[in-house]
Amino acid sequence: MHDQERDVASALAPILARWRNDPTALVQILRETQEALDWISPQAIEFIRRALALPHAKIEGVAGFYSFFYTRPRGRYRVLFADNIVERMQGGAALLERMCRNLWVEQGKVSEDGLVSVDTTSCIGMSDQGPALLVNNLSVPNLDEARVDRLCELIRGAVPLADWPAELFAVADNVRRRDVLLDAGLRPGDALRAARARIDRVGTEASNTRSWREGLPQGVAGPAALIDELRRSGLRGRGGAGFSTALKWDACRNAPVPEGGCRIVVCNADEGEPGTFKDRVLLNSHADLVFEGMTVAALAVGARRGFLYLRGEYRYLLDKLEGVLARRRAAGLLGPAILGMAGADFDIEIHVGAGAYVCGEESALIESLEGKRGTPRNRPPFPVTHGYLGLPTVVDNVETLACSALIALNGGDWFAGIGTEASTGTKLLSVSGDVAAPGVYEFPFGVTVAEVLEAAGARDAQAVQVGGPSGTCVGEAEFGRRIAFEDVPSAGAFMVFDRRRDMFEVARNFAHFFAHESCGFCTPCRVGTSLLKNLMDKLANGHGSPYDFAEIEKMNHILQQMSHCGLGHSACNPVLDTIARFRPAYERRLSNRSFEPAFDLDRALAPARQMTGRDDAGAHLAIHGEEAK
Amino acid sequence: MSQTFTLDGEEIPFRDGQTIIQAAHDAGRWIPHLCYHPEFKPHGSCKLCTVTVNGRHMASCTTQAAAGQTVESDTEALNGERRTLLQMLFVEGNHFCPSCEKSGDCKLQATAYELGMMTPHFDHFYPSRPVDASHPEVLLDFNRCILCSLCVRASRDVDGKCVFALSGRGIGTKLVVNAASGRLADTDAAIGDKALEVCPVGVILKKRRGFAVPIGERTYDKAPISETEE
Repeated sequence: MHDQERDVASALAPILARWRNDPTALVQILRETQEALDWISPQAIEFIRRALALPHAKIEGVAGFYSFFYTRPRGRYRVLFADNIVERMQGGAALLERMCRNLWVEQGKVSEDGLVSVDTTSCIGMSDQGPALLVNNLSVPNLDEARVDRLCELIRGAVPLADWPAELFAVADNVRRRDVLLDAGLRPGDALRAARARIDRVGTEASNTRSWREGLPQGVAGPAALIDELRRSGLRGRGGAGFSTALKWDACRNAPVPEGGCRIVVCNADEGEPGTFKDRVLLNSHADLVFEGMTVAALAVGARRGFLYLRGEYRYLLDKLEGVLARRRAAGLLGPAILGMAGADFDIEIHVGAGAYVCGEESALIESLEGKRGTPRNRPPFPVTHGYLGLPTVVDNVETLACSALIALNGGDWFAGIGTEASTGTKLLSVSGDVAAPGVYEFPFGVTVAEVLEAAGARDAQAVQVGGPSGTCVGEAEFGRRIAFEDVPSAGAFMVFDRRRDMFEVARNFAHFFAHESCGFCTPCRVGTSLLKNLMDKLANGHGSPYDFAEIEKMNHILQQMSHCGLGHSACNPVLDTIARFRPAYERRLSNRSFEPAFDLDRALAPARQMTGRDDAGAHLAIHGEEAK
Repeated sequence: MSQTFTLDGEEIPFRDGQTIIQAAHDAGRWIPHLCYHPEFKPHGSCKLCTVTVNGRHMASCTTQAAAGQTVESDTEALNGERRTLLQMLFVEGNHFCPSCEKSGDCKLQATAYELGMMTPHFDHFYPSRPVDASHPEVLLDFNRCILCSLCVRASRDVDGKCVFALSGRGIGTKLVVNAASGRLADTDAAIGDKALEVCPVGVILKKRRGFAVPIGERTYDKAPISETEE
């Protein structure tokens, strides 16, 4: 016991020192604790509790919220297979079974020797090179039987992860089509120098500096010139909602800063929408562009602190991104007086998430940045006035910030000339599923679904899920529709399903996703997403009836009208979309014309069969009954 | 007090900074609610107090009153939606009113009676939620928890402690107590704490007082909750 406590202390002391015993870094401290100790033990919680002077219950509350935090041992190797529908189509489930068999471990449990656990997780942003898994939060893509067997050998041999062959972790960008963003070829600092050039000398030294600190009304020379440029560009947020970036920045810039505070810029890299992986590519190969965009935003709104909130599934990018930040600091592009501009002080910290889709919602993300459970806040007030620690905060998507850097460099009019009138610029699409060439495609907004399908080599497509589960399911008759805010908006996912696919199973996978990712704060979403999941399972089990369609409609109404945030609002979308377009996939599952109960006595006896180790005919009700006759 | 909005057609005056539910209650109008309590910062999680404001669904406990708003609350459509929320709360926990010592004093039960909830409608989830009888004075029966977080807020904001917190996520969200052992006896909870008084359902119970007031003579046995609540 004493040894254990010493181990905990020696592992945690440097982590807590690095985070300056700051309770707002609790999520980061817990993540690093788990990386060091394989789990968050009671001794570790006790150590953290003392160092941060936080109540035990608060730490337990935060640790219990995030999927990737374990307060019980989960083995030295914690394997999580991505369970998105695309990975399922790629055969992920069979590979998971194979691994479980090889390692003598039951899914969701820890092996007898405490070495390994194998389970599933939501999409990990590798649909273009799946099936994929995370082992101790590091991505291993391109799985096949040989690869799985190899992983099993490494695990059985207890080979430390650091000694695993690097090629197992190799992630390809798979960029298939480039346009202005992916072709920008910006040198670090180009956009900032162009931004500085837009500011005249007087602006730099007087109103400019003042406006950073006090938020002068727009129109004055200085950073306002940047926001004007952004306004001319018509840039809208790439995270899905499509809010005007200029309006957001302007509101933050004009929000009063409390005494001793500063404005904040947050880059939302919590790319959790299943089937989306374009931010992974931007962060891997265009990180300078993203950080440059953040710095442009900081200049425009007068922010001094920045955060990149990197989803836990992209943990493998952390060291590389820290390296880019270090280089930018050395080059005078981050830190005090950026490019020699007096008062232009800005730096960026990276926080890593821990498996919570809901943290992609901006106020939940801010809660997580503050070291709390990722529960969306009551709004108003909005983050632009009361965000991180109550300070005016801009939260923008990775791609939005990359676009901002381009606009600072090339001007708003140039950007507005690309795409459509209401949706300017280009869009990065993460194309996966039944296509010849999955990967990232950059198209000007306004591209039709058919054009993307053609470019990606899709044959025989019957449906595309645009924008992920919370987006829109587009059927063949609608392939002429355009990817644009005014037609089919997309946060980036573009999952293609050909005629072999059962669209009911697609929707059922998404219903399970929302139930797993609901934060549990509000009644309608907490219970409703589980009820929807149960309804879909009822249909899948052959117990459906037309009555259940009415139930789904009712659930949709409650979730849409009464949920606290967008997760609940859109949770029924994929089910309703597929009922509208692929009703036969549902109808052939109906066993009855009017009503059928969900309860099935034989299925209810499954736990009893498991406990007694029986699965013979006599242990099954229906067969038993027939024999009796 | 010159500003007003309309609630189901009736003019309701309000002061600056008041939420819709506060102004309505001041005017003697009841809006169903469970996680809202006038003494605490609104939480907005149970969603039972949802009304329509100019046609849009909003939680009335977190929405500021504004002059000229058209608010609807006591409509068949909204009450139907509230019944569904109540049914959700009933099936996600283990609620057996006939054997619950809070019966008659329970706000969940009383609100369900008020809104005419006749059946649970959905299949029960039957979660496994062990009780905590460790404390000499207080029993915690988590089976009945509706995650309103009133005890969490009362402990934090009034008692200056942190006896309760929420952990878990989604349908696995659960109430926990502030002790490494997970037992209430190992926390600093004490009789007299506000947190031990505010539970709207039968989770936090004082021991040996269960039937001091007989069934039939309890708060909501005498009058419906809409006429009883503060």
